[in-house]
Amino acid sequence: MSIFDDPFDAGSSVNAGCICGQHRSPAEHERAVPALRCEPVVESHEKRYENVVASAVLRAVFPEAATRRAFLKSVGAATALAAVSQFFPLKTATEAFAESGAPEKKDLKVGFIPITCATPIIMAAPLGFYAKAGLNVEVVKTAGWAVIRDKTINKEYDASHMLAPMPIAISLGLGAQPIPFTVPAIENINGQGIVLAMKHKDKRDPKDWKGMKFAIPFDYSMHNYLLRYYLAEHGIDPDTDVQLRSVPPPEMVANLRADNIDGFLAPDNICQRAIYDGAGFLHILSKEIWDGHPCCSFAASREFITAAPNSFAALTRAIVDATAYASKAENRKQIAEAIAPANYINAPVTVLEQVLTGTYADGLGGVKTDPKRVDFDPFPWQSFAVWMLTQMKRWGQIKGDVDYKAVAEQIYLATDTRKVMTEMGLSPPKDSYKSFSVMGKPFDPTKPDDYVASFKIKKAS
Amino acid sequence: MTASLRLRAAVVSIVLLAVFLGAWHLATRGTGTAANMSPEYAKLMGLTATQGKSAMPGPLDVGAKLWEHLRRPFYDNGPNDKGLGIQLAFSLGRVMLGYLIAVAIAIPLGFLIGMSPLMSKALDPFIQILKPISPLAWMPLALYTIKDSSLSAIFVIFICSVWPMLINTAFGVASVRKEWINVARTLEVGNLRRAFTVILPAAAPTILTGMRISIGIAWLVIVAAEMLVGGTGIGYFVWNEWNNLSITNVIIAILLIGLVGMALDQILARVSRLVTFPE
Repeated sequence: MSIFDDPFDAGSSVNAGCICGQHRSPAEHERAVPALRCEPVVESHEKRYENVVASAVLRAVFPEAATRRAFLKSVGAATALAAVSQFFPLKTATEAFAESGAPEKKDLKVGFIPITCATPIIMAAPLGFYAKAGLNVEVVKTAGWAVIRDKTINKEYDASHMLAPMPIAISLGLGAQPIPFTVPAIENINGQGIVLAMKHKDKRDPKDWKGMKFAIPFDYSMHNYLLRYYLAEHGIDPDTDVQLRSVPPPEMVANLRADNIDGFLAPDNICQRAIYDGAGFLHILSKEIWDGHPCCSFAASREFITAAPNSFAALTRAIVDATAYASKAENRKQIAEAIAPANYINAPVTVLEQVLTGTYADGLGGVKTDPKRVDFDPFPWQSFAVWMLTQMKRWGQIKGDVDYKAVAEQIYLATDTRKVMTEMGLSPPKDSYKSFSVMGKPFDPTKPDDYVASFKIKKAS
Repeated sequence: MTASLRLRAAVVSIVLLAVFLGAWHLATRGTGTAANMSPEYAKLMGLTATQGKSAMPGPLDVGAKLWEHLRRPFYDNGPNDKGLGIQLAFSLGRVMLGYLIAVAIAIPLGFLIGMSPLMSKALDPFIQILKPISPLAWMPLALYTIKDSSLSAIFVIFICSVWPMLINTAFGVASVRKEWINVARTLEVGNLRRAFTVILPAAAPTILTGMRISIGIAWLVIVAAEMLVGGTGIGYFVWNEWNNLSITNVIIAILLIGLVGMALDQILARVSRLVTFPE
């Protein structure tokens, strides 16, 4: 069950199978009982808040679960709600709840890099998600990852779009003084790809890639770790067999066209842009390396959270709200249009549409469809952070012993996000760690050191 | 004779421009349909891929886009999208501020160095080392220590435009003819009065040459600085359009940067003609 599903929706599935649990897949279930199928109700936010408040009130009136159930059973939920609202101002309470603590600072600046990974941060401005959270947010386009880091540390930005491993690197002080940073929400999952120059059309086996030059956007990025992982799984040592260069995304496309690089693992709209301009083709989506991998994050310094906890909570709420909206396939076209203008991503709408809807040209003459090419799920799984730490260790970015769990828990604010999401009437996962597989190799977040040790290709430290 | 020379030069200029534009147009013409594609696939691709359009825009594309920009130079679509007029104004504002600070520091300091051989010798190694440092090398340091990106941009303008002015002022002051200073001394002119009525007018042409070099450097630097920090300004515009791989807009920005740089240089050339004196 996804966190954006309505918890009161009888139609939502609890397990991977079908709604009723008697069939192996939803499709099979559909064929068997067509009459039972109903469209999921798209609940408005007010409705969701109302549910939360109403259930809290009911719980207060009937603290005993048994009595409450008996009451609900005897009169029905609707009547119960009506009865409660007779003597309790539900509407006012809902409004008060939705406001939940006036933000200390209303005018905020949030930095972003113009790529589709920043979709929730960007779209929250034109589509009014910040305004709904009671904030006046200016989203500022920024020239690069190092600049966004410095401007956020400088407090020019209150919060910003960062690559998921960046807050970890900043907090650990990799390359500079350590400054505690946090991740209240993951911006996007999936949504990257490996693009190769047209001349490598027939060189699809990574084993033949020795001596090639690849570009990545930043050292502390999922792009770097995923590309290294992918190469290493195919027996290519990313440090000795190929060249990896840190290159700003627009220059990747130009360099690919000029034959200065052979390929890149880059954030989307850049991959699609290279295809759109006829400079390259899509080798694989990053989704094929690790389905559901985090890419970019929403980050704020710990100092900001302490100084303005309500602003921070409102900001998190706006981002989670926007992410929930972006996770729905039917909204993606509207989002592509909203974020395409020069004020935001500044890219052709058709490029963004191909990325967001997942129906795209692959550069080799084919049209492919994968609605999950880029997806949105804000929950900051702490096991994601642990995985990134294992890769930082694997490639020699951090040396010595790492307290994986402590670092992950300090930076990836799963607990706080869970609280905000529950307040919003969403149902976040109960756990903060989940295991997953990267290229078929399972990752156990409780045994990170064993995981690092299990790789054949790594930097000797 | 001069009029006809001017006329002939203008004709040659126009011919050169026409040849250049013609060659540009021919070099960037499309090659027709590039490859066989299904219509469904072609719809998802850009013109470069479908119609073999050159990745470089031609002069007509640039002209059309330029006209579009000139028609609404001051629009404001939010923090990241403003008209070219506004972007240029931001850049000019930063340049002026950094430049004026540089003037305020370089000229008095230049006087001091020019009038005192001791200071001249003592400060020389510092100036020689600091002078050749590229603006972009200062940028990360400025961002890291000043902790404000637009102040950093102004600082970078300042630090790069201060040296030519300083050196020229010092040189101008030091090479004021000894006779004039001796005459002033014989007439028992006070130190301050001597500086303002004898040395300053005599050194003014050299000082203005320094200022002219500096404004050129300041204008060079602002584009690089704004490309790096982003936000506003013509340098940011270039970066933003580069990000969109819109070479057309990048060319337009280059053209405008050149025009503004020329205007700034001409203004200082005028002023320097005003203070030049016949000996």
